[in-house]
Amino acid sequence: MREENARAYWAANVKLILSYLVVWFVVSYGCGILLVDVLNNIQFFGFKLGFWFAQQGSIYVFLALIILYARSMNKLDRKFDVHEE
Amino acid sequence: MDVQLLTYIFVGASFALYIGIAIWSRAASTKDFYVAGGGVSPIANGAATAADWMSAASFISMAGIIAYAGYDASVYLMGWTGGYVLLAMLLAPYLRKFGKFTVPDFIGDRYYSNVARTVAVICVIFVSFTYVAGQMRGVGIVFARFLEVDVNLGVIIGMAIVFFYAVLGGMKGITYTQVAQYCVLIFAFLVPAVFLSILMTGHVLPQTGFGATVLDAAGNDTGVYLLERLDRIVQDLGFGAYTEGQKSTVDVFFIAAALMCGTAGLPHVIVRFFTVPTVRDARISAGWALFFIALLYTTAPAVGAFARTNLIETVNETQYQELPGWFYNWENSGLIGWMDKNGDGRVQMSAGAPFEGKPNFAGDRSQATGDFGERVVTNTPTNNDAEVYIDRDIIVLANPEIGNLPAWVIALVAAGGVAAALSTAAGLLLVISSAVSHDLLKKTLKPDITEKQELLAARLAAVVAICIAGYFGINPPGFVAQVVAFAFGLAAASFFPVILMGIFYRRMNKEGAIAGMAVGLIFTFSYIVYFKFVSPELNSAEHWLFGVSPEGIGTLGMILNFVVAFLVSRVTAAPPEEIQHIVEDIRVPRGAGQAHAH
Repeated sequence: MREENARAYWAANVKLILSYLVVWFVVSYGCGILLVDVLNNIQFFGFKLGFWFAQQGSIYVFLALIILYARSMNKLDRKFDVHEE
Repeated sequence: MDVQLLTYIFVGASFALYIGIAIWSRAASTKDFYVAGGGVSPIANGAATAADWMSAASFISMAGIIAYAGYDASVYLMGWTGGYVLLAMLLAPYLRKFGKFTVPDFIGDRYYSNVARTVAVICVIFVSFTYVAGQMRGVGIVFARFLEVDVNLGVIIGMAIVFFYAVLGGMKGITYTQVAQYCVLIFAFLVPAVFLSILMTGHVLPQTGFGATVLDAAGNDTGVYLLERLDRIVQDLGFGAYTEGQKSTVDVFFIAAALMCGTAGLPHVIVRFFTVPTVRDARISAGWALFFIALLYTTAPAVGAFARTNLIETVNETQYQELPGWFYNWENSGLIGWMDKNGDGRVQMSAGAPFEGKPNFAGDRSQATGDFGERVVTNTPTNNDAEVYIDRDIIVLANPEIGNLPAWVIALVAAGGVAAALSTAAGLLLVISSAVSHDLLKKTLKPDITEKQELLAARLAAVVAICIAGYFGINPPGFVAQVVAFAFGLAAASFFPVILMGIFYRRMNKEGAIAGMAVGLIFTFSYIVYFKFVSPELNSAEHWLFGVSPEGIGTLGMILNFVVAFLVSRVTAAPPEEIQHIVEDIRVPRGAGQAHAH
């Protein structure tokens, strides 16, 4: 039972990580590098959008991802009763 | 009060602060020395990580690199911040749960092998020394520029300060001085940036001023966006557009990946997450670290764009005698050199180098001046219209003067530069000393030494490491500058895959890990050495493997490491039962407690 619980917790964690890493990849490598020329056709305030993602936006998204991940993991820890005292 | 005196006061006061903290936070045990007793709050650890991470290069050079490279410099911005996402999700929490003292500790225990531990120790020492030599030099250079003392004397002063708090306080002393150093350096970076942003766009936040419209000299809105204007003026001078890249997409992709994975795999960054009390703290502490880093990393590109615009508009086509005072000051210190190729007495900027190499001057201003009073540059001129050499470091160093800011801001920037260099140097030295005293001595060579002896060994190792780093700072070997940028590629190709698989792939065994590390490291190392030292003339896109430059090759090395490790582990025996239990144990937060004392 304890082992099954740990396995389910780990599977849920890995799933969470993968979904966050998809966003991480899309924002930095996608918007900031691979699609930068396409996005540069869009004006975002005084920036070309692709350029903004590469020099500003991706960093903000990275920060948001870590905060959201830490929060979801705190919930997950409690749900599976593996949190620290 | 003049700038010189103010600078002495600011730098002196910051040193007094660091020494005070060192005395207050002396290390009493090995646990204090290696992981600050494991009781650092996640916010303090975040600030310490940020200071540890942001080196003299981040503080002094990065905005300048961005100012000159424009979009192409984005890889550094994304690469050096995106790694924290990997750290927070893939490494830090589990390594904290593992609860030992060093990175080789994890590799040695997880792969039940002293060979793996020793390979890791060698990698740690190699990566950290190449890095720290540059930091010591950085301290010397900041001293030389702001206090007009000899570079070597600056290095020795820096050594003495680091010696004091690293040897006395270990990780505990380093952590709290780094928190103080972070405050000094971020304040020093933001103040001129905010002034500059207000001056040019009327926005208080450089991050929004970056995308705003420019004000004219009288403070009226011109209605033209800063970046639009910058794109136009650099194109008029024959450069590529600022907001568009010149590097190939493939190469940019690989460099960004190498920097991200390398950041996550750098031992002096990872080890900081051993110092927080819980797994939960380790996760959020990575968020705090990135928050503190992002304050500088989102400001730097704005500073780069402001400064480039300002620089071109002030200098280009201006009569030499009518230039602002900072131009002559930095010409005096050799960071600016002007050669009036067309003899019109005006400074022309244009794409390409004005002459070969860094400027060599015929003598100082009293000895050799040209027709317009400039210092005579003796380099061989190049065949283009460019006339002026401007060192990139000027962007940050001269910002306060360019923006006509008060003298205390200049003094503050000096203290910030020293703080950035010292904090990184101390973090690296600690990693080196603990690799020697803990992993090599206690865990491999002499397991029966007492804790007291180990602590003494750690202090002695720190002393020796400081002396070697200082020696390299005074006599910089030519390869250091070249190699520092590659420390990331090497970390990405060696540590990152092995640690990641150690956590996420239970079946990974010692044969796989050692083979993977060896292949990744040797491949990356040979590729870099081949293109940088053996045949530098071939170092261009058509000769590169898949068009990947030596800077980005760590990503390929990392992929090789993963593949080799996986294949080898499939054909060799599974790791012992108790190792598989360790892996299961580090995946769950409960029971982390304090870092184990051995």
